[in-house]
Amino acid sequence: MSDNLNKDEVTGVDTTGHVWDGIRELNNPLPRWWLWCFYLTVAWGVVYTIAYPAWPLINGATSGFLGYSTRANVAADIEAVDAQNAEVAAQLAAADLSTLSADDPAYHYGVAGGAAVFRANCSQCHGSGAAGAVGYPNLLDNDWLWGGSLEAIEATVRHGVRNDTDDDARYSEMPAFGEILERDEITALAEYVLALSNQEHDAALAATATELFVDNCSSCHGEEAEGMYDLGAPRLSDAITLYGNSRDAVIETITNARFGVMPAWGPRLDEAEIKAVTLYVHQLGGGE
Amino acid sequence: MIDTVKLIALGLIALIAALAANWGHDISYQVHALIIMAIAAVMFIVQLRRFGSAQPAVDSTGYMDDVIRAGVIATGFWGVVGFLAGVFIAFQLAFPALNFDWGQPFTNFGRLRPLHTSAVIFAFGGNALIMSSFYIVQRTCGARLWGGNLAWFVFWGYQLFIVLAATGYLLGGTQSKEYAEPEWYIDIWLTLVWVAFLAVYLGTIFKRQEKHIYVANWFLLSFIITVAMLHLVNNISIPVSIWGSKSVQVFSGVQDAMVQWWYGHNAVGFFLTAGFLGMMYYFVPKQAGRPVFSYKLSIIHFWALIFLYIWAGPHHLHYTALPDWASTLGMVFSVILWMPSWGGMINGLMTLQGAWDKLRTDPIIRMMVISLAFYGMSTFEGPMMSIRAVNSLSHYTDWTIGHVHSGALGWNGMITFAALYFLTPKLWGKKEMYSMSAINWHFWLATLGIVLYASSMWVTGIMEGLMWREVDAQGFLVNSFADTVSAKFPMYVVRGLGGVLFLAGAIVMVWNMYMTIRGGAPVRVATPSPSQQQAA
Repeated sequence: MSDNLNKDEVTGVDTTGHVWDGIRELNNPLPRWWLWCFYLTVAWGVVYTIAYPAWPLINGATSGFLGYSTRANVAADIEAVDAQNAEVAAQLAAADLSTLSADDPAYHYGVAGGAAVFRANCSQCHGSGAAGAVGYPNLLDNDWLWGGSLEAIEATVRHGVRNDTDDDARYSEMPAFGEILERDEITALAEYVLALSNQEHDAALAATATELFVDNCSSCHGEEAEGMYDLGAPRLSDAITLYGNSRDAVIETITNARFGVMPAWGPRLDEAEIKAVTLYVHQLGGGE
Repeated sequence: MIDTVKLIALGLIALIAALAANWGHDISYQVHALIIMAIAAVMFIVQLRRFGSAQPAVDSTGYMDDVIRAGVIATGFWGVVGFLAGVFIAFQLAFPALNFDWGQPFTNFGRLRPLHTSAVIFAFGGNALIMSSFYIVQRTCGARLWGGNLAWFVFWGYQLFIVLAATGYLLGGTQSKEYAEPEWYIDIWLTLVWVAFLAVYLGTIFKRQEKHIYVANWFLLSFIITVAMLHLVNNISIPVSIWGSKSVQVFSGVQDAMVQWWYGHNAVGFFLTAGFLGMMYYFVPKQAGRPVFSYKLSIIHFWALIFLYIWAGPHHLHYTALPDWASTLGMVFSVILWMPSWGGMINGLMTLQGAWDKLRTDPIIRMMVISLAFYGMSTFEGPMMSIRAVNSLSHYTDWTIGHVHSGALGWNGMITFAALYFLTPKLWGKKEMYSMSAINWHFWLATLGIVLYASSMWVTGIMEGLMWREVDAQGFLVNSFADTVSAKFPMYVVRGLGGVLFLAGAIVMVWNMYMTIRGGAPVRVATPSPSQQQAA
């Protein structure tokens, strides 16, 4: 009887003799494969901690015989890439972009590198495909606010727009005409603006705003509404608009004005990177 | 006399809470003060109405199961709440419009995400652990819970902690430490509740009728003690004002990061592994009707697990400001932890030796087996991901999210469901659950849900890891971050659907529990007398 008490009938293995709420325990040994795998990982662990930096001491820690260091590895990787590209990067940094031939290795390097600079720094606002969004210009077309020449793009990248960190940032300020014109004048002017770009509009109302446009808008946006790069004044004679070309959006812009800001990238990117991203943006399709 | 003291204490608490609500610096603090004031005021009135009248005698013989019945219901309730929050935020990631402009800042992913993690880990998992540890410690010690109504204080105190934590997240009260978000006063409250939990648990073990302490109790006790230690150290902070929720951490920089992940990883180790292993060690042999496979294995893997887990935290901080030596140690201990973790799986699965046929007939056994299978899988995946070279690909990607969920949904979820199916009929005097086929439905819904979840996260995780590191021949980045986000969209939808299946399974379970409880009545179970104990 006492024998049976300590033996499991199904497996024939001894139990420990303990019982808790009907639960018993078999006295099986540790599975061998389990034990050896455990020993193996422990042995590997010992070797690994000798090979790599591991054990803390009073000042610092053991450095391991492989001389491994994550910081040194990163620095070495960066150095290797820099060394590989050093020559062409220097050429690009010194190049005059306006005369740089599209066959030049520096040009190819600049476009490829500029694309990477763009993805890391510009895509957050302008979109990863550079198609822009409401309030952030599309860089794929030839409709520019501050000019689309290499020189103009480079200046915009370097100094930014309407920021307060760079004295040379591009700057202009459209008045909020809500404080200058009457509400019905603004409504008429909006129809006039819609008419300029051949969009659906109230022709009769638009006609009444011809004089308003000449008096209030043409000094910046131009007599023919062709826009002006020096002031970042958008061309109104096309249907490409930064803040949307719905009637409501146009009225909102005339009433309260807009004040789009772009950071100055001069302090954040190096010379070659600025030139690279300039080349990249210029060749997207709309470069002048 | 004691009634008078209680009245004065409750009155004072209500008064101080009212002052705190008035003087509070932020909305989270003020709302919490109002909640505490309301609770204290209601208790004051109840106490006052009972004042001086004779109390009915409390039957304090037999097992104390009322608090466990409450815990079973709370576990089911918080499970559904937590899974629902998870499904919602999964779809927020796929469809950002679900962040709702009108609901800002309360419906933002950033505030709902800790609500989800705390609801599933601490509300669902915590209630499961507290109620099952109360059940297990009584049954395996042959003794009623120590401390009388202290167990009820643990239960309700813990629910209050959950409510304060959850409302705090929505209202912006957080100390921004992952899985330790609640602010200082909630931390203090949890400390009190946890000490009471430890006291009830230890008190019951001290008055046990059994000579030996069963293995489930080792795991549960290690869980309670270690979580207390982790909680205390990781939450050392100085409140900016006692009238506001904001506090400042004492550790800073990389020290703070190290303490945080020492805490964070051991929350996984001791809350979600050791604690649930304790549940496994009781419910699997009980349900299978078989002895535990190996006593020796349980001793060795217990001590190895306890010793090794506590060092593994730094693997969360590979390639950061953390020194290389600490990162190496974290990785090495994680890899050595592999076999001790698997010891629990082996002991659980091999306990079914001689009862494998039950896999065909008993859906609860099936849940336990799949739970152990997911446990084994994620405790292999974890050490692998802790290896620096693997981590350089997997870190910060969805792979981590998938890993956590195959452990949490698969291991913690399934073993808890099995425990609920085991306990509900027993506690309400039924032979078995209302519907056994509903358990089968739950099993398949949950399993399919986990498979969709884990596989979609492997795909997005490895994909985004590869996209992030992709450079061209000249060393330039190929993808922008937004490219990687949009590439993940289809898999995010699949993940959300996996969550829907898992949630659907849990709803089936809650319905099944409701039907079982409705048809039964609470049972009173006597503790075994010493003579019965000897005979067994």
